[in-house]
Amino acid sequence: MSAQPPVPSPQPPVRAAAAVTNIAGRGLPLRGDDIDTDRIMPARFLKAISFEGLEGHLFEDDRRANAAHPFNDPKYAGASILIVNSNFGCGSSREHAPQGLARAGFGAIVGRSFSEIFQGNAAMLGVPCFVAAPADIDRLQGLIEAKPETTIEVDVATGRITAASTVVEASLPAALRDGFLSGQWNPTAMLLDHFEDVRAVAARLPYIRGF
Amino acid sequence: MSRRLDTINAQPPSTLHMAATLFQKVWDAHTVRTLPSGQTQLFVGLHLVHEVTTPQAFDMMRQHGWKVAFPERTFATVDHIVPTSSQKRPFLDVMAEEMMSALERNCRDAGISLWTPDSGNQGIVHVIGPELGLTQPAMTIACGDSHTSTHGALGAIAFGIGTSQVRDVLTSQCLALDPLKVRRVEVNGRLNRGVYAKDVILTIIRRLGVQGGVGFAYEYGGTTLDAMTIDERMTICNMSIEGGARIGYVNPDETTFEFLRGRRFAPAGDAFDRAVAWWRQMSTDANASYDDRVVFEAAAIEPTVTWGINPGQSVAVSEPIEAAPDDEALAFMGFSNGSKVQGTRIDVAFIGSCTNGRLSDLEDAARIVRGHHVAPHVKALIVPGSQAVSRAAEARGLNEVFIEAGFEWRGAGCSMCLGMNPDKLEGRQISASSSNRNFKGRQGSPTGRTLLMSPAMVAAAAIAGEVVDVREMLEGVPA
Repeated sequence: MSAQPPVPSPQPPVRAAAAVTNIAGRGLPLRGDDIDTDRIMPARFLKAISFEGLEGHLFEDDRRANAAHPFNDPKYAGASILIVNSNFGCGSSREHAPQGLARAGFGAIVGRSFSEIFQGNAAMLGVPCFVAAPADIDRLQGLIEAKPETTIEVDVATGRITAASTVVEASLPAALRDGFLSGQWNPTAMLLDHFEDVRAVAARLPYIRGF
Repeated sequence: MSRRLDTINAQPPSTLHMAATLFQKVWDAHTVRTLPSGQTQLFVGLHLVHEVTTPQAFDMMRQHGWKVAFPERTFATVDHIVPTSSQKRPFLDVMAEEMMSALERNCRDAGISLWTPDSGNQGIVHVIGPELGLTQPAMTIACGDSHTSTHGALGAIAFGIGTSQVRDVLTSQCLALDPLKVRRVEVNGRLNRGVYAKDVILTIIRRLGVQGGVGFAYEYGGTTLDAMTIDERMTICNMSIEGGARIGYVNPDETTFEFLRGRRFAPAGDAFDRAVAWWRQMSTDANASYDDRVVFEAAAIEPTVTWGINPGQSVAVSEPIEAAPDDEALAFMGFSNGSKVQGTRIDVAFIGSCTNGRLSDLEDAARIVRGHHVAPHVKALIVPGSQAVSRAAEARGLNEVFIEAGFEWRGAGCSMCLGMNPDKLEGRQISASSSNRNFKGRQGSPTGRTLLMSPAMVAAAAIAGEVVDVREMLEGVPA
């Protein structure tokens, strides 16, 4: 740890991401609280140096243990909106879990609550995690179970979720919502925007100055 | 001295005259700016890297032509995939070897220090950070690992992050984050004999719930925490995330300063004294207010074991499982309402992990084990958290105590905490484990079952062949 703050080289520019304003598609109801990221993506599939192919291992152990698992059910094939219950994505910070979901085509997740790390990781991939009231989650899950062909529409700006005649109000943290709408859901560009300020903070931190 | 202090004061003026928590002071001192999104751009003082969550980040950077901005603030080791029976290269597992090679290449190209098994300093990232003195009070720390909260034991604000955020920290040394609320979690009084830091955190999670901490940083304090060693505080901060809190910390005190004094990356000489002055200044003010406060009595905490499939599902070892509404958990574990975990026959005993793989954990276990033998049907593993822990334990003869008792003495790594190396449960085996997660399939077998408990309780279970109350085995053992 040197006493002099380093001067990083300027990074090449970042491409702007596409705005995420609405997500529409069929739903997949996954009931259960506290579904952890070990279950979403068992650790043995983390033994790789890329994220490729993770969509093939989503809930692999749960699916083997339970033939009736919704991810085994052909009636939900091609779904793009996942409806979950509380504390979804708790546990390990492995991005492999939301990577698998995003690569399987899920563009939004709606639930009663999420682990903070999971919600942040999903946002970095352009996948918003909306929070809705338990009764509304139950209605959506019941509706999709009864009529899996129903198209669900999620409007990012208002948080309104429309499924046939059912309308549910859901929410996203404001910063994430604005990021999706403006196409700045991947913050790398913003973080590099004022690099002189980063250097200034480093330069005034006692532990970087060597006390 | 006072002039020097003025010049190193890193707090922006806004908080200088307001009572604040360590969390708020550290947040302010590391704030680069408010992003257009309203989030805070937060400078990361120390970035720790391991082999599982980073290769994709380095790949993304290569695609964009980005360089590591602050390689000297970045340190790497290998922990998740290393075999613990032999760490000779190349690893027998081809994929593990590929991950190790990728980490070596990425660190070499970027100029990042990497501790491999050959270095003598390899170990679980959350064990070696404090051990080397890299982890210091009032730092911001990030690592692609949810147990990064461990580093809060020294008064750091430490975030577990995902791989895209690892990319951002490598590229910019910053994270885009929303501030957290602070909950004071206070534990007062003296712990009874046979009750350990692990029992304290399991009890906290049981009461506050596995998502009770979402949106909060947990500030642990009270006379129980004051009396704890840094190792014990690490066990508590480590499992903050199991209670939903991404961050847990303890304000630095004399115990912290003495822990750090003389460590390789800690400040030395006069700089150490100046550092202590800054660390004190960054600690929570006496009259700071919190968003929430909860209080626990140490004397009421008992040796605790989990019965379910998340770390909030626990009971005191002497208690029956209460009316649990979670039928899925009961069925998976093979328990029913009213049954006791005590007396459950175990197949495997695992002592290790970033929660309980430090020297003091091995000493606690050895105290129980001495003069006994592992039950014949139990496979018992000791996996030190780092090579330094391993050396220190061997210097004290602990390895011999364990080996004579029938434990396997392994190399350092994460091992059976998550089963990414060859150490895995088989079938429906039940493991008494000093680790942090009892999720379905966590220890490497999709149907394997985990009972979380303190290292002393694991040692006692290994000997008895079933879950027992460690207090019974401590009778007659000198304190």
